[in-house]
Amino acid sequence: MAIEIPRTLYSGKIKTLALGKEGKSVSVGGETSYPFYLFEGEMPNPPKIAMEVWDCPPEDWPEAALEPFADVSNDPVAWAKKCVNEYAAEMLCLQLMSTDPNGLDRSPEEAAQVARKVADATDVPLIVWGMPNQSKTEEVLKAVAEVCQGKQITIGPVETDWHKRVGAAAIGYQHTVIASSPIDINLGKQLNILLGNLGISDQQIMIDPTVSGIGYGIEYAYSVMERMRMAALTQQDEKLQFPIVCNISKETWKAKEAKITVEEDPKLGDTKKRGILLEAISAMCLLLAGGDILVMRHPEAIRLVSRMITELTKTE
Amino acid sequence: MPLTGIQIFKLLPKTNCGDCGVPTCLAFAMNLATGKIELSRCPFVSEEAKVQLQEASAPPIRPMTIGTGPKALKIGGETVMFRHEKRFENPSGLAMLLTDSLSNADVDARLAKFNLLKYERVGLTLRPELIAIKETTGDAGKFEALVSEVTKNNDGGIILMSDNIDILAAGVKACADQKPLIYAATKDNWEKVAALAKTNSCPVVAKGANLEEVADVTTKINQAGINDVVIDSGSRTIRQAFQDQIIIRGSALTKKFRPLGFPTIVFPCEMTQDPMMEAMIASVFIAKYGSIIVLSDFQGESLFPLLVERMNIYTDPQRPLATTQGVYEIGAPAEDSPVLITTNFSLTYFLVSGYIETSKVPTYLLVMDTEGLSVMTAWAAGKFVADAIGPFVKKSDVWDKVKHHKLIIPGYAAAESGGLEEELNGWEIMVGPRDGALLPGYLKTWKP
Repeated sequence: MAIEIPRTLYSGKIKTLALGKEGKSVSVGGETSYPFYLFEGEMPNPPKIAMEVWDCPPEDWPEAALEPFADVSNDPVAWAKKCVNEYAAEMLCLQLMSTDPNGLDRSPEEAAQVARKVADATDVPLIVWGMPNQSKTEEVLKAVAEVCQGKQITIGPVETDWHKRVGAAAIGYQHTVIASSPIDINLGKQLNILLGNLGISDQQIMIDPTVSGIGYGIEYAYSVMERMRMAALTQQDEKLQFPIVCNISKETWKAKEAKITVEEDPKLGDTKKRGILLEAISAMCLLLAGGDILVMRHPEAIRLVSRMITELTKTE
Repeated sequence: MPLTGIQIFKLLPKTNCGDCGVPTCLAFAMNLATGKIELSRCPFVSEEAKVQLQEASAPPIRPMTIGTGPKALKIGGETVMFRHEKRFENPSGLAMLLTDSLSNADVDARLAKFNLLKYERVGLTLRPELIAIKETTGDAGKFEALVSEVTKNNDGGIILMSDNIDILAAGVKACADQKPLIYAATKDNWEKVAALAKTNSCPVVAKGANLEEVADVTTKINQAGINDVVIDSGSRTIRQAFQDQIIIRGSALTKKFRPLGFPTIVFPCEMTQDPMMEAMIASVFIAKYGSIIVLSDFQGESLFPLLVERMNIYTDPQRPLATTQGVYEIGAPAEDSPVLITTNFSLTYFLVSGYIETSKVPTYLLVMDTEGLSVMTAWAAGKFVADAIGPFVKKSDVWDKVKHHKLIIPGYAAAESGGLEEELNGWEIMVGPRDGALLPGYLKTWKP
């Protein structure tokens, strides 16, 4: 019996961005269909994984997450190099955790210098991610933009409250921005419009929808991302046709279920594998909803997700 | 496409007898079109019209039940491609594979695990539902014995898998009262499998090498009188299986293509040898339309993540999950432990209780019913404000357990601290951090 394959009517396309240094750039975006619906359209640039590097030694990571980086956790440059050389990271994401006003509270200048060193030491595209929901982040990102001039990095999260001055710095120093909104399609779209009005080119904007892990409300981000893709691809909503970045690993490894040992709760099984799967399955869900870049931590979780991307995109 | 009221009206007797409980045939037709009444209420409708109407009014993806009793698994009945459009109706059932080549000890161990691996979360019990019993040895007696063993002390629904009709029949014999799902009818054996299913009123999996072949099989066994059908598209590569799931649901919903209007079964256990990859593949089918997902085995480290993923994806977007109002003891709090208050949005509760656990500071957490709204939303909606919080806090029996009268409120409700001091005369209102992640630091330095 012949099957008439139903097809979505697509009218839009996700913008293609080239991230990173000239000659070493990596393309993201460019989709013409829902994620992995390859019988309907194309995914010319399969999703990328940016390996997470912290700018200060993590204090609350479960052992399983810290173990691969224990030898480099107090040196962001060595850490970044290890990700690239040992784990073949296609991108990096430097999380500026040291700037937390309730933590180490390092100055914007100090943080920017570390970002510069990491950018100098590696050739893969670099995302520099400040602390969310902090007014200080504005100063931090401005300093990073300036100090990393010429490195063509990506900076975020750029929030509505202070998008202007960080946006201006991004234009001035030619970086890409990550427009961050609190799990809301309309606020996300509005910020993209504001950034456009400011003069940031469409080739320099990506979206952070604010994500959480499985068991912690991933369905909110999941549906907001699906709605963004629907608007972008089927309703020609140009202000949502940007690649989506998901900073997911931080969320999954801080959950208590990533820390409970098998002795404490035998039903939860092996602690390390559970932590890896909490990260990898969360990442997988976000890929299915429309993620273009995933910020991830554990090399094994990254291996699993990379294999799934390969499997879902390979031609027989 | 579903018929309109007028189209239905044309097929009715037009006698306006009123026996159906509605005064006129036109009104009955209108009610039928919107699903408010069942066709069976009309005693005079012709057989021919009945067939036409039933076909047109049936849900696009057939809803059905696997197993019997209160724990039977509901599948099918889906109405949307994306959960935000309405909601996903029936969470994917997770099945554990048992083969007849396993030793008795292995079978016992797996069945014990099946019964053990259940998790409590926001008042729900997360658990796997099904056991798939697969014949690999060609021994009908052995298969029947295994099926009997499984049914003895297990409440899971049963899937019986064999290429051999006689062995399937032996399996059905051992658990017929549980209405097992029979796997599978193919283009070669569908007549016999359909007959076995019909005699025992069991649901059947229709399997084909591809969707075209599956559609042939579902049509044939439908005609043979089997209505409860589950589809195995036959694909065992990840990309093709994923694509099949989307095409099956899309055909059923947007094309109203009946031969594919059924729930599906997928086999991550046959797509990889690596248990971690198997969990990844299963996670894809939880989000993308697998009605039954068969895994080679269950391990807590992979089953738990899959169950929480499933809970999230199948949450009704219009109804946030809520936690029960009350006093929650975290750690082993004593009379000088801090008392916190928050709202009953389940995410808020999870995050706050998680951070309190991380702090290792024993704490009382008051959870107030705000109709499932988060702190900020509940505050903005006037549900988490001083004159609502005050009476709730006053009534709480937590104050019999601690010797102080200090209440820590969320940073996002800081504006209520003045009002609360008026409401709660004699209490000291302390403002906690806005971000839950800062709670451990806050609690560690807190003094009664």
